[in-house]
Amino acid sequence: MSSQLQPIAPKLWTEGPEPQLLGAKDTNGKILFPIPDGEIADSLEIIKLSRTGTLWSYTQQAFKPKPPYDGPEEFEPFLVGFIELPNEIIVESHIVETSLEQLKLGMPMELVITAFDEARSMFAFKPVK
Amino acid sequence: MSDVYIIGAGIHKFGRTEERSGRDQGVFAVREALKDADLEWSDIQFAAGGSHAAGNADIMLSDLGLTSIPFTNVFNGCATGGSALATAKSAIAAGECDIALAVGFDKHPRGAFNADPKNYGLPNWYGQTGMMMTTQFFALKIQRYMQLHNISRQTLGKVAEKSFRNGEKADHAWRRTPIDLDTIMNSQMINDPLTKYMFCAPAEGGVALVLANEKKVRELGADAVKIASVAIRSRPPGSFEVYQPTIDIVNDGKPTILASKAAYEQAGIGPEDIDVAQLQDTEAGAEIMHMAENGICKDGEQEKWISEGRTELIGSLPINTDGGCIACGEPIGATGLRQVYENVTQLRGRAGARQVANKPKTAYSHVYGAPGLSGITILEV
Repeated sequence: MSSQLQPIAPKLWTEGPEPQLLGAKDTNGKILFPIPDGEIADSLEIIKLSRTGTLWSYTQQAFKPKPPYDGPEEFEPFLVGFIELPNEIIVESHIVETSLEQLKLGMPMELVITAFDEARSMFAFKPVK
Repeated sequence: MSDVYIIGAGIHKFGRTEERSGRDQGVFAVREALKDADLEWSDIQFAAGGSHAAGNADIMLSDLGLTSIPFTNVFNGCATGGSALATAKSAIAAGECDIALAVGFDKHPRGAFNADPKNYGLPNWYGQTGMMMTTQFFALKIQRYMQLHNISRQTLGKVAEKSFRNGEKADHAWRRTPIDLDTIMNSQMINDPLTKYMFCAPAEGGVALVLANEKKVRELGADAVKIASVAIRSRPPGSFEVYQPTIDIVNDGKPTILASKAAYEQAGIGPEDIDVAQLQDTEAGAEIMHMAENGICKDGEQEKWISEGRTELIGSLPINTDGGCIACGEPIGATGLRQVYENVTQLRGRAGARQVANKPKTAYSHVYGAPGLSGITILEV
């Protein structure tokens, strides 16, 4: 599905059947996401983050945000939350392939690449089946 | 360091005043504060103030009088008012002047705030994908908090119901019609679990405070309220803040907890000594979480506190006695000083229909905002 789509930004995730978010580790071992721009990037080790984690919190975006939101003209409410990647970092993400009623703190989640609009792809998490 | 007092407080009604610019609302508030202190503009020796979105404060000199005083413009997000107050207080405490002014005002368009990711050091995709949203942040924070600490949805509704009930009694409030619990709970869902009537809305308003040292208080015989402490803190590592795409696994604390501890310490009192409090209530969940972050109760105790009515005007610790941001709206540069204005009014016993019943001697105010900063002011009489 996502092969025709352009990633919404470069260097956010790895391509392939089992994509992973790309993060960075600084000299103190602290994990960062996304990979920072600028001079600091030279001192960082690029790492692949865990494909799976647990749901830290969630909500539904029920109204169309103002710009800089740049989603489809026809607005559909979407789910958003934070996913805790074990021993790494807690990442904000869209949540797909589920409904608000099915979400609970601590449930297992996994990374998927999904369509953001007709032209662009975006990372998201979905509940592990 | 000598003690600093508030001897005059003025406010321009919050809400929407189409015909008046944000800065003109600030000028109006300054004139009210001067009248309250029984002083002229020429008596002010130093001023600090600002707005988030309505321009520089020092341009006010054109309207107020070109007295050549030093006027520090403050541009510090939600802490604009608190920073103006801290600056004016320091000038007096340092002996640079006897009488100073702090002013904050703002004017925002309708609808949720939108921000440019670049201004916050964030990548464009974070804004493009609709995740850089203040309303979402508060929903995500309270959703987790409610599940961890057993706070019910009904309690969120009760907080908003109290805000509108108190707002009805405050001349400067925007929303002055009570709204019943069912209507609040069943209003449009904005970000689950928060409905439309649980949120504050961007608004307009202006507040000014006249400050003086002890010598001037005596000379003028002023109805003075002492500033026991002002503390502003930015975020520590590992905290969860508005406009933040990731959170560290190790949670090290919150700016509110740090600012609160510093303010209690400076004032030499604890949360059990506070008689009335104004807490940042961007939405109903924020008031609940901020009760615990400011040391007023433990995590989870809010459910009991609110069901027992302890935070009502007649309760043991009334909170957001003018309806807070939910009833007054949120003009970013003015909110922090509105809270202080309300506390001054309560401590002087001049709050009329919304006067708290416990004859307050100490009052606490707390603002919070992007990108993770908190400002606390404690007042005493």
